[in-house]
Amino acid sequence: MAKDGLTEFRLVGTRPDRPDGLDKVTGRARYGADISAPGMLWAAVVRSPHAHARIVKIDTSKAEALDGVKAVITRADFPEGLTGEAWNLQENTMAGDRALYDGHAVAAVAATSAFVAQDAARLIEVEYEVLPHVIDVDDAIKPDAPVIREGAADATVPEGMPPNVVRYMEFGHGDVEAGFGAADLVMEKTYKTEATHQGYIEPHACMGQMGEDGRGEMWVCTQGHWFIRKMCTDVLGLDPAQLRVTPSEIGGGFGGKTTIFMEPLSLALSKKAGGRPVKVVMTRSEVLRATGPTASASMDVKIGMTKDGQITAGRAEFRMQGGAFPGAPVDFALMCGFAAYKMPAVEHIGYDVLANRPRAAAYRAPGSPMGAFAVESLVDEMCRELGLDPLEVRLKNAVHEGDKASYGPKFGSIGLEEVLQATKAHPNLLAELGPNQGRGMASGYWFNHSGDTSVSLAISEDGTAQVSVGTPDIGGSRASIALMTAETLGIDYEDVRVNVVETGALGVNEPTHGSRATFASGKAAVMAAEQAIGEMCRRAAAKWGIDPEAVEWVDGAAQPAGPNAGKFPPMTIAEIAAKMSSTGGPIAGHHESVPEGVGASFGTHVVDVEVDPETGRTTILRYLVVQDAGRAIHPAYVEGQYQGGAVQGIGWALNEAYIYGEDGRLQNTVFLDYRIPVASDLPMIDTVIVEVPNPGHPYGVRGVGETGITPPLPAIANAIHDAVGVRLRSLPMSPPAVLAALKAKE
Amino acid sequence: MSKTHVTTKVNGDTVEFLADPRASLLDCLRDNLGLTGTKEGCGTGDCGACSVTLDGTLVCSCLVLGVEAEGREIGTIEGMAEDKELHPLQRKFIEHAALQCGFCTPGFLVAAKALLDQNQNPTEEEVRYWLAGNLCRCTGYDKIIRAVMDAAAELRGEAA
Repeated sequence: MAKDGLTEFRLVGTRPDRPDGLDKVTGRARYGADISAPGMLWAAVVRSPHAHARIVKIDTSKAEALDGVKAVITRADFPEGLTGEAWNLQENTMAGDRALYDGHAVAAVAATSAFVAQDAARLIEVEYEVLPHVIDVDDAIKPDAPVIREGAADATVPEGMPPNVVRYMEFGHGDVEAGFGAADLVMEKTYKTEATHQGYIEPHACMGQMGEDGRGEMWVCTQGHWFIRKMCTDVLGLDPAQLRVTPSEIGGGFGGKTTIFMEPLSLALSKKAGGRPVKVVMTRSEVLRATGPTASASMDVKIGMTKDGQITAGRAEFRMQGGAFPGAPVDFALMCGFAAYKMPAVEHIGYDVLANRPRAAAYRAPGSPMGAFAVESLVDEMCRELGLDPLEVRLKNAVHEGDKASYGPKFGSIGLEEVLQATKAHPNLLAELGPNQGRGMASGYWFNHSGDTSVSLAISEDGTAQVSVGTPDIGGSRASIALMTAETLGIDYEDVRVNVVETGALGVNEPTHGSRATFASGKAAVMAAEQAIGEMCRRAAAKWGIDPEAVEWVDGAAQPAGPNAGKFPPMTIAEIAAKMSSTGGPIAGHHESVPEGVGASFGTHVVDVEVDPETGRTTILRYLVVQDAGRAIHPAYVEGQYQGGAVQGIGWALNEAYIYGEDGRLQNTVFLDYRIPVASDLPMIDTVIVEVPNPGHPYGVRGVGETGITPPLPAIANAIHDAVGVRLRSLPMSPPAVLAALKAKE
Repeated sequence: MSKTHVTTKVNGDTVEFLADPRASLLDCLRDNLGLTGTKEGCGTGDCGACSVTLDGTLVCSCLVLGVEAEGREIGTIEGMAEDKELHPLQRKFIEHAALQCGFCTPGFLVAAKALLDQNQNPTEEEVRYWLAGNLCRCTGYDKIIRAVMDAAAELRGEAA
C-alpha cells in the first residue's frame, strides 16, 4: 500500500502542492488557444457533410474575394507523392479526391478575424458526388461492402480477404482444441463496443507561423511536440529541424493529442499568407467529428474452464474499425484480453477494418478496454454458470513473475496477486446489497511504455536545480519529477523547478503517452541528477585534493567516503554551486535513451450498482479501484489517475457512443448529446494503491495512467447482471438497452 | 458588420471594447480584453469551462453576447484571488490535487464560489448537483468535491 511518506524516502511518496498549481487556479496558465501574436490571422475549416463522397470541384473564388481573407488552401497546396504513414496523415489532414468521413477537411481559410474566416468558409463551394458508405465494423468486413480504399491492405492480409481488411494477425500458443476438450464448461459469446471519444475538455488549438523559406514556429496543445514536428513536416514536405514547436499547457489528451489533425493547416495557411501567424481552434463539433475517437469492436471469445475454475484454453477473434485509415488497436486488444490469466493454450485472431469514420487515435490503454469487456464478461458468465466466486477464479488463474504471458513473452515483476488480495480484503466487498442492486468485478492490464527520452538538468548558482523535460505535464508530472530529482540531489522539493521545454532545447522525446512520463522522464531526470552529482563530487575532490572516487554524496552534500579518504567537513550543493565559475564552469547533467525496465500494471475494480427496473437506468453506488503503481511518487496524482480512468470507463460502459444516422453523419456532435459523466452521476471513487516496486526504475515506478479505464466496462456489465439478471454484451449499457434486456427477459 | 462599443466592469475595473454583435461574452473576454483564464470547452453551454458571474449570477459566458455586458458587472477567475490572497477554494484545489490538466479548473472555481457565496454548508449531494454543469474529464470529480467541501468547512471556520 502507498505509505504516504512512511517509506525509506525523504520526499518520494509525499503529497506536496504541484508547482504549476498556482498558475492553474488563477487562470494564468496558458493553453492552446490562449496565445496571440502581432499580425495573427484566424482560420476556419470547411468539412465534408458526407460520410463518403468524391470531390468533384472546389470553387474558392468567392471566399478569396471577401475583404480580410488572406489565404485559402485545399489539397492542391500540399506536396504530392507521399507514401505510407506520411500519406495517411496528409490525407486525414485534408481530403484528396474523396471525402472519407463526415467532418473530413476539404479546404481551409485564414482571415483577419474569426468571424471573417467563418464567413469565408461558408463561401467556399464544394461539389460532391455522394458514394455508398459503411459505418459498422461487422458491415465493413463484408465482402460486398463499399470499398474505402483499394490497395490499403498491408502484407499481413492473406489473398481473398474482404476488401476493407487492411491488417490481419494471428498468434498464440498451446493446443487450444485439447484445452477445450479438457474443460468441464466451454462457452463462446460475441461482444460489441462502440466508438467513444477521449473527451478532453480543451479542443485542439494551435498557432503556426511559416515563412516562404520553410522555417517556422508552432505553439500547440499536444501530448508530444516532437511528434507534431515530425508529422507536420512530413505532411508539408519540410525539414523537421526548421520547425520549432513549443507545447502549451494541455487541457487533457488521453492519447487523442499524440497525433496531428489541423496543425499542418496553420503552417500551410501561414506560408500562403506571407508568413503571418495563423491560429486554428477547433469547435467541440469539429473535435467530435474530425479528431480521433477510439475504435469500435466486434469480438468473439471462447473459454474452457474446469468445474473448479481452472482455465484450460481461450480463443479470441476480434474485428475492429478505426476509421478510414489503418491502425485500429486490435493487436493491443488481443494482447491485453487474456493477460491476467495463465493460459495453457490460447489463440488470437484479429482484423483491422476500414470504415467511413474519423481516423481513430490512441485512447487510454488503446484496445485493452474492449478486450477486457469481452474476456472479463465471459469469465464472469462462466463463474456464474459453475457457481464459482469470480475473485477466487481470478486468483486461481492469476499470472505471476516468470509466467508466460497470454501474448507470448515471460512476465517480469508484476503485482496481480497482490492487487487481487488487496481487493479481497477491502471493506466494500462486505457492503450489503438491496433489491435491484448488484456487484461486479473485473481486472485490467496495460503494458506501459518507454520510448525516446531526453532530459537535461542544470544546477543554479545557489544550488537549486532546474530540470528540462520534453513530456508535457498532463496530470502532475512536474510534481513527480521534481520529487524524484530533489530526492536524488538531496535538496528540497521547492528547490527544483521542472520546465516542459520546446523542440529546440532537447533531443527527441516521445509524447506523454503509454503511461511513460513519470517512468521515462523521471528515470532520465534521476540519471541526469546522478551525472551532476558526479561532477559535484569531482569539484569537492579537487578542492580537498583527494581522489574523486573517495567522495560520496549524502543529504545534498559531498563528503569523504570514509575515514581513509581524509577529514573534511561536508561541502553542500549550495557551497559547490556558489563557486562553480572558478572551479570549472557550469554544472549540469543530461540523459538521453530509451529507458529500459518498463513495468506493467494490473488493476482490479469492484463496482456496486442499482438498476431502476422501470427506466433501465444504472446508478453507481460504490466504486473501488485497486491497482499496482510500482511506487506512488505523488500518491494524490496516482489516485487521480485511478479515479479519472475509472470514470472514463464508467462513461464508456453506461452512456458514451458515436451515434450515426442512416446517412453516415455523426448525430451527437456536442456535449449535450455526447454526454460524459458529470459530478451528480457519481459517488466518491475509492482507491487502493498497491506497491510492488518495479525493479527497472530507480524509485520503483510502473506507470499508472492507463490500466484504470479497462476494468469498468466488464465490471459494470457483471454488476448489472448481478443486480437484475440480464447480460449486456453490447455497449453502451444505456437505459434503453438495459430496459430492452429486462423486457426480453420477462 | 459594424461593431458596438461596450463599457462594462470586469473584476471591479471599468473596461471598454468594440464587440462584433455576433461575439459571445467569452470571445470578448478572451480576445478583446486578453482575459484568457476563462476557457471555451464547447461553445454550447454544456461544459461550464467558461463560467463567469454576471451581476453576481453564475452564467456560461459562451451563451451571453458581448454586447449584453454593457453596464453590467462581470466576475472572472482572474478576479477570484483578493489582492495576493488566494480564495480558500483556490488553495484547497491545489491542496487536494483537485486538478490534473487544469483546463476546467477556472470554471469549477467560479461555479463553486457562486455556490459557497450563497450556501456555506452544502451537502456532498448539493455540491455534486451544483457542479453538474461543469465537466471534468481527468479527475472523476472525487477530489474536486472534497476540495469544495473542505473550502466550505474553512469558510465556516471549522478546522479541516
